[in-house]
Amino acid sequence: MMVRIENLTISFPSPQGMSQAVRGVSMNLGAEKLGIVGESGSGKSLTARALLRLLPPAAQVTADRLEFDGIDILKASERDMRAIRGKRAGLILQDPKYSLNPIMTAGSQIAEAWRNQRKGSAREAREAAIDLLAQVQIRDPRRVADSYPHELSGGMGQRVMIAMMLAPDPELLIADEPTSALDASVQAEILRLMEDLVSRRGMGLILISHDLPLVSHFCDRVAVMYAGRVVEELAAQDLVRAQHAYTRGLLDCLPTLSHPKTRLPVMSRDPAWLT
Amino acid sequence: MITVENLRVKFGSIEAVSGVTFAVGEGQSFGIVGESGSGKSTVLRALAGLNDDWTGRMTIAGKALAPKRGRDFFRRVQMVFQDPYGSLHPRQTVDRALSEPLLVHGIGDIDRRIRQGLSEVALPSAARFRFPHQLSGGQRQRVAIARALMSEPDVLLLDEPTSALDVSVQAEVLNLLADLQDRRKLTYVMVSHNLAVIAHICPQIGVMQGGEMVEMLSADDLREGRVKHPHTADLRRLSTELEEA
Repeated sequence: MMVRIENLTISFPSPQGMSQAVRGVSMNLGAEKLGIVGESGSGKSLTARALLRLLPPAAQVTADRLEFDGIDILKASERDMRAIRGKRAGLILQDPKYSLNPIMTAGSQIAEAWRNQRKGSAREAREAAIDLLAQVQIRDPRRVADSYPHELSGGMGQRVMIAMMLAPDPELLIADEPTSALDASVQAEILRLMEDLVSRRGMGLILISHDLPLVSHFCDRVAVMYAGRVVEELAAQDLVRAQHAYTRGLLDCLPTLSHPKTRLPVMSRDPAWLT
Repeated sequence: MITVENLRVKFGSIEAVSGVTFAVGEGQSFGIVGESGSGKSTVLRALAGLNDDWTGRMTIAGKALAPKRGRDFFRRVQMVFQDPYGSLHPRQTVDRALSEPLLVHGIGDIDRRIRQGLSEVALPSAARFRFPHQLSGGQRQRVAIARALMSEPDVLLLDEPTSALDVSVQAEVLNLLADLQDRRKLTYVMVSHNLAVIAHICPQIGVMQGGEMVEMLSADDLREGRVKHPHTADLRRLSTELEEA
């Protein structure tokens, strides 16, 4: 098991005392694709970020177990964490516009990530960067390597982000809404690309999204989160047989082309889901 | 209610919209789908008067539109944007945001209209003196819709109104838009990259690619797969593929 999370709780101080954003979440991950689905504020991003210890300083984290490949994240030194972040586990964020350095070319950013991990000359790093760009299916990798982020489209920028994360050959990839800012066609391409790279390299993937059908299409397993808890965990192909009323609600409220509805069902939230 | 004939918009040497034509009847909804860069938002912005450098002919309620619009136009035609966080002033309360269109257009009875506006979009009256950051994403989009309705427009231009929202909130906002149209006989032009959302609201749909409207079809034809243009078929396949999952 690469990732073990048991009874993870994340709380933040508020004027009314500590408020719990994640309440007793447990999940395990091997070399597989896990989707975490939920609305804004359900704690899905916090859970994934806790794994890299990338939470705001005010956050208080407790867990019976929070491990990455046997390393106790709660007790690890900052030095140990640096050996994990970006090297053994990569994080891809929603909008490449904000996560790429605007004054460095795409190629030099990837080369930097590569040299961080492997010792090599600048020339070797550049060749590696171009090779990585080709791997994420960029047709003209040399031109893209010399482009600045503002010269790239959203889909291209996200590919550059993925290439950068792949540079150190990580074992785990965490993708936090990697395609929400992209068009449907580009979205499908990027997800297919990630899926392909992950299975080819035998990596683990955590895909975070609010789009349940999308996630189930690309993942092996899906955990549905509501108000800081995992309310249901199921194999992706069993999604249509989801039991929990919240999961059903998320599925039903989507407009579809194949099943037109005159009125969309609105989620009625049962207070019992919170307990 | 709205006609657009041979609309062309150029940015420098690039033609972003090259000859788009469509018409929308009163109280009807017309949807425009396409990918980023297809020119769909540019059409909407030209129609809204946010870009005065266009050629072609556009009319609203029989009146031809000049590049510069008068005050009456902005009273009758209002726009709702994708990101309510970007379109609401962060240091102004909801009360201030809603009273501004009333002051601009010299409409009186501000207090009653704001209370009515809030209840029309199902916001609690307590939201009136909140700032945008104190509201959820769905509530903020409701405020943006309420503000657009303040001047009692006939036409609402909707640019990806639910793309930034959670699916559960999207359902609420789409229902709200449908109810408002019923109640107020509004005419909608809605732009989105999500085919299912467009087909849910709009019985007539135009598909854009590379600045051209490559196909116009009804939502029913789209659902049944009676499409002619390969780009429409591509978009439809992407959309239904995920639904089957």
